[in-house]
Amino acid sequence: MSKIALIRGNVLDKLGDHIDTDVMTPGKYLTSYEPAYLGSICLIDLDPGFRERMKPGGILLAGVNFGCGSSRETAPIALKAAGVQLIIAKEFARIFYRNALNIGLPCITSEEAAAVCEIGDDLEVDLESGLIVNHTKNGSFHGDGIPQELLAQFEAGGLFPYLKARLRQKREK
Amino acid sequence: MTITEKIFAHGSGKTSVSAGEIVTAKVDLAVIQDALGPIVYEQFRELETPVWDVTKVMPVIDHNCLHGTMENAAIIDQTARFASDFHIPAYGNMQGVSHQLAIESGRLLPGQIAVGTDSHTCTYGALGAFSAGIGSTEMCAVLATGELWFKVPRSIRIRVKNNMPDRVMSKDLMLKLLAIIGANGATYKALEFCGETIEAMSMSSRFTLCNMAVESGAKNGIIAPDAATAEYYREIGVKLEACAFPVSDPDAVYEREIAIDAAALEPMVAVPFSPANGKPVGEVAGEPLNQIIIGACTNGRLEDLAVAADILGGKRIPRNLRCFIVPASNRVYAAASNAGYLAKLSEAGCIIVNPGCGGCGIQMPMLAGQRCLGTHNRNFRGRMGSPDSLVYLASPATAAASAICGKITDPRAI
Repeated sequence: MSKIALIRGNVLDKLGDHIDTDVMTPGKYLTSYEPAYLGSICLIDLDPGFRERMKPGGILLAGVNFGCGSSRETAPIALKAAGVQLIIAKEFARIFYRNALNIGLPCITSEEAAAVCEIGDDLEVDLESGLIVNHTKNGSFHGDGIPQELLAQFEAGGLFPYLKARLRQKREK
Repeated sequence: MTITEKIFAHGSGKTSVSAGEIVTAKVDLAVIQDALGPIVYEQFRELETPVWDVTKVMPVIDHNCLHGTMENAAIIDQTARFASDFHIPAYGNMQGVSHQLAIESGRLLPGQIAVGTDSHTCTYGALGAFSAGIGSTEMCAVLATGELWFKVPRSIRIRVKNNMPDRVMSKDLMLKLLAIIGANGATYKALEFCGETIEAMSMSSRFTLCNMAVESGAKNGIIAPDAATAEYYREIGVKLEACAFPVSDPDAVYEREIAIDAAALEPMVAVPFSPANGKPVGEVAGEPLNQIIIGACTNGRLEDLAVAADILGGKRIPRNLRCFIVPASNRVYAAASNAGYLAKLSEAGCIIVNPGCGGCGIQMPMLAGQRCLGTHNRNFRGRMGSPDSLVYLASPATAAASAICGKITDPRAI
């Protein structure tokens, strides 16, 4: 049994390959770093319907190289603020992957699930093992779960709360 | 071990590491730019802890430069206040792009580890150091602890042979490589450049290669330090011990090797909307342009401006074209001025802009349907304004030749 609770939700959007962080939070709109504001501009030019489709708890599917380009952490913050609970992609770009886990937005890499699952599917995902169960289509897929080394950080809610707690412990010693 | 593995072994206090291993390594230089700085600074203040080593931190204002609006004035003020409140001795206050300032500073040596909040931090790999872009929250952890976890990347070796033809530059080599391996061809990997072409290459050209490593998804680009590296440090006033240079072992393990014949290269143009969409210039020659940018951390060094001045000297750009020249730093600006390049470019009708991230981001926006050709590193949809504007990437030679004609032009034809 995984230490982290299973995530269950519906796929509310499915994006293609090479979605870069510039289109997630375009530079020309980056006048504030407030999550609610960032959520309101998320994918604004590429996919104006995204903010309509995405609801709290939604699962996002994507193709290869998701989050390529700029290191801007505003990109995963915007997706999370727009309601995304979990991203399943065929492949994640390196900096985006780290940023997403750091802010507590789980990412699972599964080429098969990202290809086969569709908008509306009801998924249950074990973040530690990476197992994805599709209740709508009665199938299951293997994915890469959250690396063991990062589980403690993820359970703490992300890197910042984890770091804060660690520094507090160090001071109290 | 590869050079990248050796750097991680050293940085994590181990005798050896192998690809795939997760290590915690000490950071030798941490660079923070103003656009992604506010998230770092606000969180860091909340930690109520000192910066681990103020001499290893380099905050830079380069993105909002010039700042132009009240919102941007507030953003850059955060960098200034952080540097002041935490007693950071040196910070870049609009004197250039963070990457150029970092490589000019002499504060990162071959074999060391640098991280930066900008994804093009990978530029410094040309010094024979490991350098990679990280997120803002991670930077907060680095500021507090001086270390970060890294997954030691597998390496892809890019072996380049022969001389490059006239008017073909390292930018063309990189656009060719990106076209071969794709925008995710090196995700999470190290790109190690080697071979006689690289050995004969100037440091300036090497920086261009490593700058764009991230456009293939790579974690870092790296080039073994050699005599040219030592000479570069001598020029910036840093004395190096040559024996300390890390190099890959003959039995180092590579995931893949890609061989490129430089003699067969042509000027390349990456068409919208990916840096990996490179095509020989002949395939897009004649496309009309509204704007040209020569500069940025990719190609805004003296060598690049020399090529542009050579091609544009004595010429006049069309009246309906804007051609911005963006030196990568004040040092480059001054050198280009002393060499007479800026005067030649100015007389040709170009607009000399202050050093900074300028055109690569949001400060030279494009309207729907407009076309820009630039020497920078990204042409994603909407990055420079309207999602319906088109951005092409090329070398300074191709950009300068195109500026003469107002349309995409093969520099070999000028």
